[in-house]
Amino acid sequence: MTKQRFWRYSYYFLISLAALVFLIPVYLVIITSLKDPGAINLNTTWQLPKVWYWQSFAEAWGLLAPKFINSLILTVSATLLSAFFGSMNGYILSKWRFRGANIIFPLMLFGMFIPYQSILIPLFKFLRETGLYGGLAGLILVHVVYGLPITTLIFRNFYAEIPDDMLEAAKVDGASFFGVYSKIIFPLSISGFVVVIIWQFTQVWNEFLFAVVLTKNDSQPITVALAQLAGGEAVKWNLPMAGAILTALPTLIVYIVLGRYFIRGLLAGSIKG
Amino acid sequence: MVLFLANLIYERTPMIKKDKLTAILMLMPSVILLAIFVYGFIGQTIYTSLTNWGMDPSQALAINPKVKFIGFGMYKELFTGFIDIRFRQDLVNTFFFTIFFIAGCLILGLGLAFLLDQNLKAEGLFRTIFLLPMSLSFIVTGTIWRWLLQPKGGINMLPSLLGLEPMQFRWLTTRDQIWQFNWQDIPKFTGWLVVVVLLWIAFSAFRDNKKTRALVAFISLLAVAAWSAFIAPKILILPYPETHGFNIAFVGIIIAAVWQMSGYTMALYLAGLRGIPQALREAASVDGANEWQIYRHVVLPLLKPITLSAMIILGHISLKIFDLIFAMAGADNSTTDVPALLMYLTTFRANQFSKGAAIAVILLIMVAFVIIPYLWTSLRSEVER
Repeated sequence: MTKQRFWRYSYYFLISLAALVFLIPVYLVIITSLKDPGAINLNTTWQLPKVWYWQSFAEAWGLLAPKFINSLILTVSATLLSAFFGSMNGYILSKWRFRGANIIFPLMLFGMFIPYQSILIPLFKFLRETGLYGGLAGLILVHVVYGLPITTLIFRNFYAEIPDDMLEAAKVDGASFFGVYSKIIFPLSISGFVVVIIWQFTQVWNEFLFAVVLTKNDSQPITVALAQLAGGEAVKWNLPMAGAILTALPTLIVYIVLGRYFIRGLLAGSIKG
Repeated sequence: MVLFLANLIYERTPMIKKDKLTAILMLMPSVILLAIFVYGFIGQTIYTSLTNWGMDPSQALAINPKVKFIGFGMYKELFTGFIDIRFRQDLVNTFFFTIFFIAGCLILGLGLAFLLDQNLKAEGLFRTIFLLPMSLSFIVTGTIWRWLLQPKGGINMLPSLLGLEPMQFRWLTTRDQIWQFNWQDIPKFTGWLVVVVLLWIAFSAFRDNKKTRALVAFISLLAVAAWSAFIAPKILILPYPETHGFNIAFVGIIIAAVWQMSGYTMALYLAGLRGIPQALREAASVDGANEWQIYRHVVLPLLKPITLSAMIILGHISLKIFDLIFAMAGADNSTTDVPALLMYLTTFRANQFSKGAAIAVILLIMVAFVIIPYLWTSLRSEVER
């Protein structure tokens, strides 16, 4: 019994230690962002600020606010659109199986694994030729298209759980393709939508490669602005740290409030539903 | 009755058919978009990589650039050209980064999942903490760790909290390189690697009593070994020796990447552990196995498929890693460069489109090697289910 107790205590010790190590960067970011730039020096790196200096946040917000709004517009529109299409596709691929569906689905899925470098040059050319290059609309289109595989996958696995008998019954009662969707599928897929929306929101908000290649200065999302703010030979670290917190906040809040759904999206990404 | 049924089918069929048509029509926009944006664009990238677009600076940014088809010239240059030594070091960087990143995430993730599986109090809190970095952008993580790993920054000062001397390690800016090897030895190394794989195949076939397979594997092993020992050293892929190795500057990047992604493997393993029926463990315990033996002989073997999927997902992430390094070390830091970054620099800074396209295609081939077998097997097992 005492041996068992010893193990339990050591488990608690180990996991608390791990949690502490994981939180070290978080601690340092917060205290650095709250220090007067003059007070950031080697010997007091780990100490709490003597004076709480909120100015960095005001300054970082001043710089990042327009990009924050860009990111918000981009993320909300891309997320909703790709969730809608994903739901439609998932419904069709799981409930209206047709010949060839087993070939089309893997071909669609492959799109979520490719390194986007391999489509970047033609994409860049395409957006320039259609006049979409540099603006938010182009970036939204890109995120919707490349978001289709994962949203389709999550919804397809989600709808596979809905028994076919239910749909058959509705079909016998005369419900059409859209009738089945709006009367049965959609009402049952609220939690599916939550998973997909959270997942896409996080992905699109955090994305960088498309953002840095395909936007011009005034339509930049926040990740690009943060990379610029922190890049170069920055000496005053309070500002980038405040910027990092502002950039992280939306996804962090979503994660903390709806963590359960976030994890489901995470696990769905490894294909088997 | 029969008449009634026939009537019913007659009535229903057009309706169902129409619905099926609607279904296919509703799927079409997505299929067409992906066909163009994924496969069409990949095709164009492959074509671009076979031209000389951008190699003549006067034509690079022309509206209608004069582009010549040159075949595999760009690929040849990347693997053997004098100026493209950076690309070859990038491949080596990706190789080492991938190995340590995957190993770190798997070990840490498994350890954390094991601890969380012990019915501890506040399990939810711990889980939230370990998964927290997963919700952040690689740019945020990179920015944070860039600060932590400054030569005069946080991590180096950590020992001073315990009253020790601060560390002097230069993390991201060090140019030191270890485990150096000659690029000319690559055919030899590849050969010996194949030998090791064949040895493993032969051994497991022998163990499972599959004599023919073991024999075939053993004979091919001897052939490849002979090739590696006598023929491979004579293949000159480069006219001069060229040293590559593991850049120490990657240590910090690996730490940051593991910090961000090990929560993911933890979640995967935890889901796996929770999926193992309690009865199975109890049965083993009744048979006299202690806690450790249960893990070793019952639980771990059942987690093998999860390890494999985690390796594939992490592996393709690490091949594509771009934003983290961009934010941590900058795009121009040649010691911490990877192909994904070099493609960006070559294409969008230097405007050498065809060379950038060639790098992108090589990257795609590497990712496809990891992903296609995975997609294949997981979708096939789904059909069987």
